[in-house]
Amino acid sequence: MLFHWVLLSLALFSVGIYGVLTRRNAVGLLISVELMLNAAAINLVVFNRYVAPAQVDGQVMAIFVMALAAAEVLVGMAILVMLFRKRKSADVTKMMGLRH
Amino acid sequence: MSIIENPWIIPALPLFSFLIVGLFIRPVSGKLAGIFGTLSIFCAMVAAYTLAWQYFSLDHHGGGARSALLPFSFEWLRFMKGMTVNFGVMVDSISVMMLTVVTTVSFLVHLYSTSYMHGEDGYGRYFTYLSLFTFSMLGLVVAPNIFQMYVFWELVGVSSFLLIGFYYQKPAAVSASKKAFIVTRFADLGFLIGILVLAYFGYQVQLGGVGVNAGQAVDFTFLSNPEVLTKLNEMGVLTLALILVYAGAAGKSAMFPLHIWLPDAMEGPTPVSALIHAATMVVAGVYLVARLFPAFSAAPNALEVVAVVGLFTSAFAAIIACTQDDIKRVLAFSTLSQLGYMMFSLGIATMEEPLGYTAAMFHLYTHAFFKALLFLGAGAVIHSVHTNDVWKMGGLKSKMPITHFTFLIAVLAIAGIWPLAGFFSKDEILSAALESHRYFHFYGGLVIAGLTAFYMARIYFLTFWGKARSDNASHAHEASAVILIPLVILSVLSCTTGWIPFAHFVAIGRELPHTGINMAVAIPGTLVAVIGLLASFFLYRTGDAKTVDGLVSGFGGLYRVIKKKFYFDEIYLFVTHKIIFRFVATPVAWFDRNVVDGGVNLSGWTTRKAGYFLTLMQTGQLQTYGVWFVLGAVVVSTLFWMTVN
Repeated sequence: MLFHWVLLSLALFSVGIYGVLTRRNAVGLLISVELMLNAAAINLVVFNRYVAPAQVDGQVMAIFVMALAAAEVLVGMAILVMLFRKRKSADVTKMMGLRH
Repeated sequence: MSIIENPWIIPALPLFSFLIVGLFIRPVSGKLAGIFGTLSIFCAMVAAYTLAWQYFSLDHHGGGARSALLPFSFEWLRFMKGMTVNFGVMVDSISVMMLTVVTTVSFLVHLYSTSYMHGEDGYGRYFTYLSLFTFSMLGLVVAPNIFQMYVFWELVGVSSFLLIGFYYQKPAAVSASKKAFIVTRFADLGFLIGILVLAYFGYQVQLGGVGVNAGQAVDFTFLSNPEVLTKLNEMGVLTLALILVYAGAAGKSAMFPLHIWLPDAMEGPTPVSALIHAATMVVAGVYLVARLFPAFSAAPNALEVVAVVGLFTSAFAAIIACTQDDIKRVLAFSTLSQLGYMMFSLGIATMEEPLGYTAAMFHLYTHAFFKALLFLGAGAVIHSVHTNDVWKMGGLKSKMPITHFTFLIAVLAIAGIWPLAGFFSKDEILSAALESHRYFHFYGGLVIAGLTAFYMARIYFLTFWGKARSDNASHAHEASAVILIPLVILSVLSCTTGWIPFAHFVAIGRELPHTGINMAVAIPGTLVAVIGLLASFFLYRTGDAKTVDGLVSGFGGLYRVIKKKFYFDEIYLFVTHKIIFRFVATPVAWFDRNVVDGGVNLSGWTTRKAGYFLTLMQTGQLQTYGVWFVLGAVVVSTLFWMTVN
């Protein structure tokens, strides 16, 4: 069963990376990042269950990841809203400020 | 506080004066700068005479050198264990003698300058430099090791450079100061190499266990130790090292062929010429050879070089001096000639026949006073007639009676007329030559003495006798009292210093039998001097150029060659400009511009181009960076995975 769970998290993670590298919309980017985070969280819980069932470390970490993800989305969305207000667009390919 | 325990105070006074005058007084008041400088040198002079009195009152048994004291010394540089350089003050007979000479002449020149330089721009600057020079010269003479001597050696070189170029708006003064500095620096290169050779092999000798108690490898006490010198000779380096050191001495004392800077150095103010280029700095070379005399006497070949170069320079300069028209240049060549005299006197001395050593120091001592007097007298004349050309003077005998009288004393002193100072010291040099059976030097010395009398009388007659040959000369007037006081003091010294029983104070090696004046030397010596004076009297007493025209045309081409100083300046210019600049400096400059600079430029260009191509990777697209990041992560994890398995 471990194999299937890991396959699931791998699939989720790959979808996330694909989204991060290809989406033009910044909100899509954020959603993809969430996918990757959740893939990692699934890994934590699954390995906890199959490798050391007596412990709860993995589950605790998964809860931390959720809390972190919530905070991160909050900050990310706030920045996005400000950017959108300024540029009337959420297209990341138009954001080239790093070049300078 | 006794001076002999704290002799550092003598060089410290001018240093103090240099700092105070240079930093605080000069910007405020030039007049005060002159007074302060003069007073501090006066204090140094008093201290120097006190030191001399205390030192020579110490018990001294038997003949030979008096023992040297080292009352003040501290470690300055430590290269490695057993190889340190100290700074200190060495008190022995020649350093005490030089301290008195330097402070006396320096004080009189300071006093003289307060009036002579009156109204000049940079009056305060002038006194600042004079203090610096005096400090450096005093530091040089008290040096207990060759390294300290080298440091102060360069400092006097710098002060000389600054003072020759004092009138820096005048192109001639600027080029003269550069010439003096470059020629002496070039000579000092030899000196430095000589020091390094001596220090290196001295250290080796010490490692071998010889002369361990004689001081550091660069100390004069170590370099005077007979065992050390024998060891150095066995290594075969002593002669070479001493000849290199002598090159430095020859540069400073303007020995042939490095003499070319001294006549040009006369572009400086006349009191400076009196102090630096007649009485003190130029004798530093003679002093250095005297300091290292025990070493030189262990290397007869090096000493022979000193003797031959000295005699040649002396004759060479005396011949040129007969033809020059610039009063200061005649004095400059006369200085060269007298320095050559001292050098050859040292060169013919040995530890067994040490009279030449004492005689050279004696001549250095007396020469300092009468040559300073000649320069200061010439300065008074130049101040009054505003020209250096003796043919535009004349008839000043009645207009400047005190200057005339003191100048006459100096001329007779340098010519070697009894009972003035020059007679005794020259007599001693010539008897040293005779007693060492160096007949060539003896007869050469006699001829030079005759020439000296001739050319000194020539400028004397042309300046003071006959009729005034220019407007300025006919309106000349006596100089101020402040200028005349040093002249009178120096003329008193020129009369009396000859009577000092010098061998009692300064001696080395074997004890000298106490002899009076050697008639076999005194009679021919006086004779040639009188012949020289009389020849000059008949030729130049009227100041009429026609009297000598016949003689000049009789010599023809030879006269022109001598008048042009044997074309030595032209030869130097030819060698430097046409040969060294063209065939050495130009290719080297090309190599520097193109190869060295090219290499540097190439590396800069490569870096810039590489940077440009790397900027193309910076798209600013977050997602491109993401792709690179993911690829990198994949590569790293693959590598990690491969290593784990």
